[in-house]
Amino acid sequence: MADTGVLETLLQRVEKVDDGVDSLAVATSLGVDHQVIVGAVKSLQALGDVISAELRSSKHWELTEEGTEIAEQGSHESRVFSCIPQEGLAQSELMKLPFGKIGFSKAMSSKWIRVDKAHEGGPRIFRTVESIDDQVREKLLLVQKGHSTQLEEKEKNELKKRKLLSEVGNWKEKKFKPYNFEAMGVAPDCGHLHPLMKVRTQFRQIFLEMGFTEMPTNNFIESSFWNFDSLFQPQQHPARDQHDTFFLSDPAHAHEFPQDYLERVKKVHSEGGYGSQGYKYDWKIEEAQKNILRTHTTAVSARMLYKLAQQKFTPVKYFSIDRVFRNETLDATHLAEFHQIEGVVADYGLTLGDLMGVLHQFFTKLGITKLRFKPAYNPYTEPSMEVFSYHEGLKKWVEVGNSGVFRPEMLLPMGLPEDVSVIAWGLSLERPTMIKYGINNIRELVGHKVNLQMVYDSPICRNPPTHF
Amino acid sequence: MPTVGVKRDLLFKALGRSYTDEEFDELCFEFGLELDEITSEKEIISREQGDTKASGASDVILYKIDVPANRYDLLCLEGLVRGLQVFKNKLEVPRYKRVSPLSGEPQKLIITKETEAVRPHAVAAVLRNITFTQERYDSFIELQEKLHQNICRKRSLVAIGTHDLDTISGPFTYTAKRPGDISFKPLNQTKEYTATQLMSLYKTDSHLRHYLHIIEDKPLYPVIYDSNGVVLSMPPIINGDHSKISLKTKNVFIECTATDQTKAKTVLDMMVTMFSEYCAQPFTVEEAEVVYPDGKTCIYPELAYRKEKLSGKFINQKVGINESTEKIAHLLTRMCLLSQATGAGDEIEVEIPPTRSDIIHACDIMEDAAIAYGFNNITRTTPRTYTVANQFPLNKLTELLRQDLAAAGFTEALNFALCSQEDIAEKLGKKISEMRAVHISNPKTAEFQVARTTLLPGLLKTIAANRKMPLPLKLFEISDVVLKDETKDVGARNSRRFCAVYYNKSPGFEVIHGLLDRTMQLLEVKPARGEGYHIQTADDSTFFPGRCADIFVRGKNVGRLGVLHPDVINRFELTMPCSALEMDIEPFLGHTAETPLTRDVPMKEVIKHRFPTRDESQQSAHSRLTSTKTVFGDVSTQVGLEALSDFLADKSYIEGFVASQADMIVFDAIPSPPSPTLCHLWRWYNHINSFQTDRARLPSAKSRYVLPATPLATPNDASDEEDIDLFGSDDEAESAEVARIKEQRLAEYAAKKSKKPALIAKSSILLDVKPWDDETDMSKLEECVRSVSMDGLLWGQSKLVPVGYGIKKLQIGCVVEDDKVGTDMLEEAITAFEEYVQSVDVAAFNKI
Repeated sequence: MADTGVLETLLQRVEKVDDGVDSLAVATSLGVDHQVIVGAVKSLQALGDVISAELRSSKHWELTEEGTEIAEQGSHESRVFSCIPQEGLAQSELMKLPFGKIGFSKAMSSKWIRVDKAHEGGPRIFRTVESIDDQVREKLLLVQKGHSTQLEEKEKNELKKRKLLSEVGNWKEKKFKPYNFEAMGVAPDCGHLHPLMKVRTQFRQIFLEMGFTEMPTNNFIESSFWNFDSLFQPQQHPARDQHDTFFLSDPAHAHEFPQDYLERVKKVHSEGGYGSQGYKYDWKIEEAQKNILRTHTTAVSARMLYKLAQQKFTPVKYFSIDRVFRNETLDATHLAEFHQIEGVVADYGLTLGDLMGVLHQFFTKLGITKLRFKPAYNPYTEPSMEVFSYHEGLKKWVEVGNSGVFRPEMLLPMGLPEDVSVIAWGLSLERPTMIKYGINNIRELVGHKVNLQMVYDSPICRNPPTHF
Repeated sequence: MPTVGVKRDLLFKALGRSYTDEEFDELCFEFGLELDEITSEKEIISREQGDTKASGASDVILYKIDVPANRYDLLCLEGLVRGLQVFKNKLEVPRYKRVSPLSGEPQKLIITKETEAVRPHAVAAVLRNITFTQERYDSFIELQEKLHQNICRKRSLVAIGTHDLDTISGPFTYTAKRPGDISFKPLNQTKEYTATQLMSLYKTDSHLRHYLHIIEDKPLYPVIYDSNGVVLSMPPIINGDHSKISLKTKNVFIECTATDQTKAKTVLDMMVTMFSEYCAQPFTVEEAEVVYPDGKTCIYPELAYRKEKLSGKFINQKVGINESTEKIAHLLTRMCLLSQATGAGDEIEVEIPPTRSDIIHACDIMEDAAIAYGFNNITRTTPRTYTVANQFPLNKLTELLRQDLAAAGFTEALNFALCSQEDIAEKLGKKISEMRAVHISNPKTAEFQVARTTLLPGLLKTIAANRKMPLPLKLFEISDVVLKDETKDVGARNSRRFCAVYYNKSPGFEVIHGLLDRTMQLLEVKPARGEGYHIQTADDSTFFPGRCADIFVRGKNVGRLGVLHPDVINRFELTMPCSALEMDIEPFLGHTAETPLTRDVPMKEVIKHRFPTRDESQQSAHSRLTSTKTVFGDVSTQVGLEALSDFLADKSYIEGFVASQADMIVFDAIPSPPSPTLCHLWRWYNHINSFQTDRARLPSAKSRYVLPATPLATPNDASDEEDIDLFGSDDEAESAEVARIKEQRLAEYAAKKSKKPALIAKSSILLDVKPWDDETDMSKLEECVRSVSMDGLLWGQSKLVPVGYGIKKLQIGCVVEDDKVGTDMLEEAITAFEEYVQSVDVAAFNKI
């Protein structure tokens, strides 16, 4: 805070004149450092509508060494001109002079002199005008006398280019108010990626690093057949309830299915087969035809595995990260749509130990190394395992994902070889993202109620969250 | 996942020890349960209704335990304790028995045909001499509720009624009547109501109103009467007050009415297995007879025990462990699946009790073995699956574009794929009928009426929610919209869009236009008509007249940009001008050398996949066995195997230097994997095993290695096998007989074998022959079947097995020589008797 005396004086001075005062002038007249005046101005500004200040810059010019020489003795070109006698001068002679080379070309371009290249005894230089006006010297003299304002900016820049003038470089010696390194810099003007998408990119990267191929999950609309029936999820399963799944009124039904496969699915549900008892109920095509918004990306995995079974089997590793939809009760952490991350491996003779091993590798890439597995139930996997990781902060085990081995009742009707096992796991994208970015309400992350400031401020995602 | 609340102290008392919360949590985790919450009634009430209401409530500690959705046997304290005690080796799994009443006739439940249209199935049973305490009674009621909520699908599939048998007298009649004609005093009411009155009475009942819809619109309501016309229940809504059970009840009549017969049986089994523990004769259940409208009768509860056979190898291989057959049998027994090694190789016989309706496949048994082994004791291994990763091209393009659009100064938004009709139509100045939108039939709120057809409304709503942010707002989104598309199997498809908006004090069309130019530069499309891109005036009610243009790329319209119409801006509660751009990005995909995955599946199958019958699939592993006689000797004997192992000591393959059919043939001849002590053979066996799936492609064999099996017996000799019981029977007395006969047969076989060096491959087949209806003359049918004669076919014993509705099927055994008679030939020959035979199925197929 500048002392109040300076503030008063400054206000008085400003009041006296109409078009303001120059802070530098005030500083000089008061005999104080310019920074004191600047501080006083800032303090007054901070009070509100007291004074207005505008930033002015003034430049101070001075002659360079060469410029000083010219101011004293004239410009190089004028000295060249003056040293050429009426009968001319051999060019070689001229070039011997210290100012000869520069002066010659400048005088030439000003058309003060001419060269007779055919002259016997080598090129000879003659005057072409009677007298000259050494403007360069005059301009420099003006500057030297402190009247640089009389020159135009363009002229000064010209002289600066000729290294005759220089802007006063004495800021090197000047004292500045120290920077406040505690303060923030100015935010760059830029666009931002959405935090959920940044985390998605990382998960995608992890799968790609592990050799997984991305599945085409760009189909939000799915038939109940692919979403449920093909996964051996019975038609009375609660997940197929109106309360859990979005059904469509238009287009209400899917109209095309691989008929042979559909028959096998029907049989395995209603009668069993492939070593299974089946669910022993009346399987209805009408239920399978119902279109829905897919409730999991596993519907796409089912399509991919079915396609795989229609060709000579080769082992595959697939993944996807995409939207799924549930007609569930919404709360601070649940929305009607969210992103599911899914990994699938199909190969001969995969074991439950293999599933655990793959999960271990996957979660290690996320920075999670302490894993354990809880038996669980899922209609289309057997065995099914919930994946828990040890949360160092909470000092307890928390669920981070779900996994399992697809049931034979799902795989064999597709036509996959009997000794092929398919292991799979899934988790949500939103949950780890919310934890990483410390978001408690999912609506602040996804959807139009997003807080754009949060998007602007969110850091990059090197690793997805180290704990969920 | 259902949650079961049990009193902690009661649970520990039943478990015979106490645990700390952590210890119990750990036990749950291992067993596949989850200790969800530790609470008390008081705490629950105070949380839900406030402290004042909770003041009088009990503060006995409750454990809320999450139970897997398919484990109905763990839905009550009794089942949980039984499961855990068996798991901890502290209890032998009880055997549930159905018994006849001591005094003559079983209770009868007669179903009339009127029930057909509303709730056709019913089953019943009696718990005799049960002793209730308050806790047991509460648990009994609670289990019904849990079953109702889960397997019974909120009573729509099955409804349970329990009655004090001493207050009513059978036979009971399950019928259906007009609602006005049903009148009774329902449970806990003081007067009689007609069914019609009840339906309106319960409209406001917080509990029962959820079940009314199940029968509300039916002309007839289901109802159960006793022989004196007392109403037991009006399923699935309410029981009668008359027969309600109390702590003093000694004999309980349980009925389950259903729309799904299988589930009704399961539910009844569950009720009686859980609570027969408290009967005078624990774990016995008194049978009840159900009489069907057609006069046929059935005895319930079924309490069926099923036996499955599987190999230890199967479990070891699927789980990734290496345990002995005995150890695996022990593991399974700890999961209430009484198991034992049969002694035949690594075969294990598993008995699935009526409580484990969740076990429907060998993989379910395998899971139980893994649980008992301990998931976290399994060694984590890395599969050697070699694959090359591919990105989905559309996602790859999206990822790359997103990065550069952010670099262009636009911020990414992420909006919902679902929205209201208004968002995509009226608010944009369009008609919903013109949008090719997909409509949701059961939205809970207007936010989920349709799938978005455009990304624009989402971005405008994002701006509206962020009006406080400094201007300008520059947003973009690359995501999918959904459009109806008749050419797709589901009638709709996604379309990947790019949308951007600029919101500021001035419209900023030039900013959005500049973004288009930049996007095209990124996509390597030059500004030019024809082969490049250009924009061209368009009319669109979303945009300000004259300030809208279509984007053309290589002559194709891919999107639109312009300044939004002020009305549109207002409808999204915005106040400043806004320009926007939306375009398809799929046209910019380009080509990849790799074949990308697509979601469309082939509708016609090129490869023929067959649906096997149950027994075939169980047999398939063995069916390729032909003969064990090889040039190295009989590989079913140790001598033969040793000879083969010696042969392989300095050879990789049977023939030459690559795997061939010769390896496959010899491989097939070996009945079970050799022991690792025969190291050369063991190495070769595992190596050849890895070719199994590609076996068809291996080169053919040059020489013959496997010799034909010599006949087991000539057809004439086989006649003395005719009296062998070919049917597996659950009856213990019978199975002793079978065992005796089997032994005898083995002895005879051994005797014959010693005389005759070579055998003929033979199989015993059990056929199910189904008639057209209950009027088919079964003796005639059998006569016809037996009239089929072929070389190498011998008919065995037969019996009639009830199928249902009075229909019986003929189960008949036969012995065939594999080379001469196939099952197809048999089926064909029998189905030729069209007059009698509806179908023929192979019920069992065993190599002799």
